[in-house]
Order: sequence, then structure tokens, then C-alpha cells
Amino acid sequence: MEINKSMEGPLTFPGQVHETADGGILVTKLDDVINWARSNSLWPLVFGTSCCAIEMMSTAGAKHDWSRFGFEVARATPRQADLIIVAGTIVMKMAPVLKRLYDQMPEPKYVIAMGACTISGGPFFYNTYSVVKGVDHVIPVDVYIPGCPPRPEALLHSMITLQEKIKNEQYFKKKIEDVR
Amino acid sequence: MRGLIEDDYVTEEGEFVINIGPQHPSTHGVLHLKVWLDGETVKKVQPHLGFIHRSIEKMSESLSYRNFIFATSRMDYLAAHINNEACALTVEKGLQLEVPDRAKYIRTILAELTRLQSHLLWWGCTGLDLGAVTPFFYAFREREFIMEIMEETCGARLTQNFMVPGGVMYDIHPNFQKRTKEVLTQIKSKFQEYDNIMTGNVIFENRTKGVGLLSKEDAISYGVTGPTARASGVSCDIRKLIPYSAYDQVQFDEILGTGGDCYARYMIRMHEMKQSVFIIEQLIDNIPEGEFQAKTKNVIKLPKGEFYQRVETPRGELGVFIVSDGAASPYRIKYRSPGFSNLSALPLMAKGGKIGDLVAIMSTIDLVIPDIDR
Ligand code: SF4
Repeated sequence: MEINKSMEGPLTFPGQVHETADGGILVTKLDDVINWARSNSLWPLVFGTSCCAIEMMSTAGAKHDWSRFGFEVARATPRQADLIIVAGTIVMKMAPVLKRLYDQMPEPKYVIAMGACTISGGPFFYNTYSVVKGVDHVIPVDVYIPGCPPRPEALLHSMITLQEKIKNEQYFKKKIEDVR
Repeated sequence: MRGLIEDDYVTEEGEFVINIGPQHPSTHGVLHLKVWLDGETVKKVQPHLGFIHRSIEKMSESLSYRNFIFATSRMDYLAAHINNEACALTVEKGLQLEVPDRAKYIRTILAELTRLQSHLLWWGCTGLDLGAVTPFFYAFREREFIMEIMEETCGARLTQNFMVPGGVMYDIHPNFQKRTKEVLTQIKSKFQEYDNIMTGNVIFENRTKGVGLLSKEDAISYGVTGPTARASGVSCDIRKLIPYSAYDQVQFDEILGTGGDCYARYMIRMHEMKQSVFIIEQLIDNIPEGEFQAKTKNVIKLPKGEFYQRVETPRGELGVFIVSDGAASPYRIKYRSPGFSNLSALPLMAKGGKIGDLVAIMSTIDLVIPDIDR
């Protein structure tokens, strides 16, 4: 049981070690291991359209440092990313581009909607002709963070929430449902 | 998607046409560049805009003179204060309102802090664009201190909306002066570090010296302003030429370069940071007592007419043009944003260079795309 103790905290390994004379036997569920691995190495896509992207950069920067939660490998291409943080307003002209980026990402993929703009159009809700009123008109969203812009701490919170969500996923069940 | 962004293709002359952006890490947002290449040499660049056009100008026409200011902090979000200030100054011009001295001083200090954080972020991102990751972390370390000051006094980190017609929204936080001075000491001690890590670096010099030349004549005829123009030797600092707020009370130098290349633009911004520190140091201990806001009516109505105000943002000259028909909201608002004019000179600077230089040029013009598209 010693291994388990040293791994306590957000990285706790989902399973038990039964000690035997020469080592140990690990008993766990495949679902749990997959989710454990996935939730702790989410690679976000570098995607920022406006103001919120600066707070996203602050989160990556020295003080807030999102690498503590396994997010530091920001990718510039959607083909290597697991997570898209929509940081900033999406306008009509950008919406098809966002859709294409999302389609190019390999499964499983997750979306965080950062800021009021991506939730509802935010400060640009009234009297604008060009803003998409909520990014969920274009792509499905997993976690929403309100704020204009949300603080880096809020973004970190949303990331942890997403990790929790992933930990409760049932990978194989989902696959069977897809087939049906 | 098709028709919006064309796919890559080869022209009849054998030039390869590629599309950079709108999703590209070095375009600093959602700029789309169509580039004609002969091998690695750039033959032609065509910027395509509108991927973050949020119709701020149109939206402002239905907002009151107090409320339209908030949208401008989302325009050039790295200089939210200065954008707000420009709008507030224009409305004050229309009302012929005299702003209390205290408010002027606070505005100037906050504007210079904003310039400092904007240049710091630019410095980090330039490093990132040219292949150095460390500067980004160094820059954000200092930038966080400034953000904390902003948060304490204005209540927001990035989009402050602290300027109102007639002055500033609240009085400064009791800690403001003390903390600002601490941060200035902190940042001053780091300038040498910045120079050590980037300025003298051989790779950095090779990638920026003699790259992206912009002559003085071209800078003037393309309407380029800010550090980009000053690197080509054009004197265009609005703070010096038409002082507003408390800039007539302080001593500072307008930094002029001669090279007109990426390195000159880089050096101008590095020196401007030192000047900003110098300006704040002169003001921070002398903030006069008194009101921080002039009395204004609840509903502001500008008299019929046209009003224009120019300010110096970290990227260049921002102009706010308000046409009023006497109602409670503006008839028409037009922003003359620095990024738009500076971007127009990009095809000229990039022509004949290598495609790798395009990134260096883009990062030293310091583009903020929502400022261009509005
Ligand atoms: S929510 Fe606010 S800060 Fe974020 S992109 Fe929209 S306007 Fe900018």
C-alpha cells in the first residue's frame, strides 16, 4: 500500500497494489487508468482571438503556471491537441474556422469556453451584427467560465473541473453507444 | 470555409501561394496573411482582415457617452487604459470640461504603467516568435506585479474601464503609491537582465538586424506611427507633440532611431520602457490633492459637432472621432487605430525578404488584431 500513499493528491493512481513476495500486483479498472492518464496530460491548442487570450497567457506565465496541472504542452496545430480553450470573441467570419479546427482535432477532444463572449456574446450581445452569441452554436462545450476576462485562477479552476469530468467518463461504454 | 480562405496553390509564374493564419501562433491573434513565395523569398503579402471584427463602432452608436467607453478596452486590450482615456478626453473636449489635476496625474501614471506592461508582453512574445521561450516567463513575472496594482486600484486586471468623462472612476487605493514605487524598483533592476538575455544575443541580432527595412518616407506615406515609425526616424510621439493629461508636466525623451529595421524597432521599445519608468517616478510622489472627478450631468449630451482627440498608445497614434447630433448617444464614432496603418506597411517591409523574416517583422510591429479589426 505504500505506493498509493506517496501518490496522494490530484494525481492519486486509481487502483490498489497487493504486495507479494517479489513486488506487487496492481488491480484496477481500465476505464480508470485511461481517464487518469488522459486527465493529467491535456494538451491545449494555442487558440486565442482577443482579450481573453492575454489572461490565458498569464495563466501559462510565471505566477499562475498551468503546467502544475499538466497543461503546459500548448500545441500550435489542432492535430496534436486534446483541448481547445476558446479564448475570445468568435465572430461570424471566424466561426467556420473554429469549426474546422475542432473537426481536425483527434478524439477524445474537449472544449473550454473562456469568457463572457464565448458563453453568450458577452459585452457584444446587443446591437452587434457580427458576433456569434455563444460559441456553443458552433462546437460543443464542456466547461464554461464566466468573466470578462476570467481571472487566471478561474481558468485554472475550469481546467481542474474538466479533469474531474474526464475522470468520471466511461470510455468503453461511450464507444459501444457510438457503434449503435 | 471554401472561398473564405483559399487553399494553397501555384500561380502561372510558378509562385507558391500559402495562407498563414487565421489560426497561427505567430500572427498574435487571428490575422490571415496570403503570401506569394518564390522558394523562400516573399514576393507579395496580402493581409486579410475581419476575423475579429466585433462591430464596436456600430455598437457605440446605440450606447450613451458613459457606456461606449467600456467597449474600447476590448479594442486594444493591452492598452485598455489609454483607449479609455482617449474616449474620455474626446467627450471632455465636447463638453469643454476641465479635468481636476489629481485625475490628470492618476491618468498619466496608469497610462504609463499600461505602456510598461504592454511593452513587457511584447518583449516576451517577440522572444517566443523568434525561438526563445525564456523571455516570455521573465516578462510575465514582472507584468503580474503591474496587473496587481491595476487590480487593487481599478478592480480589474485587464479591461479596467477606469476612465470616465470628467476624471477617473474612483480615488486611488491607499497602497497605490507605495506599491507602484516598489514595482518600479523591481522592474528597473531587471532591465539589465532583459538586455543580457535577448538584446546582445547573436541569433537574435542576426534575425533582426537589417531585416524588414522601412524608410522614413515610406513610414510617413503609409501613416505608420508609434515605435514602428520612430525606429525609422519619424518624430510622432503625441505625448510630446500635443501633450494631453499631465504629459506637459513631465520630462522625458522621445526616442528616435535611424535604422528602420526590426532591431531598431526592438531597441526603441526597450528604451521606451525606461522612459515610462522615468515618467512615473516624476509623478508618483506629486499627485495633487483634490477631486478625482469633475462634476458631470447624469446624462451626458454633447453639443452638435465633430470632436477629435489623439493619444499615444504603445503601438502608435490612436484617434477618436465623434460626430454628435446633440443626442445622448453619438451619431457616429470612428477610431483611427494604430495597428491598422502599421499593418498596411507590412507588405512593403516583408517584400523581398525570407519567409522567416516575416515573423520577425510581424512581431516587431507589435500587432494587436482586435485593434485593427475593431
Ligand atoms: S469575454 Fe471580455 S475579455 Fe474575454 S474576449 Fe470577450 S470582451 Fe474580451
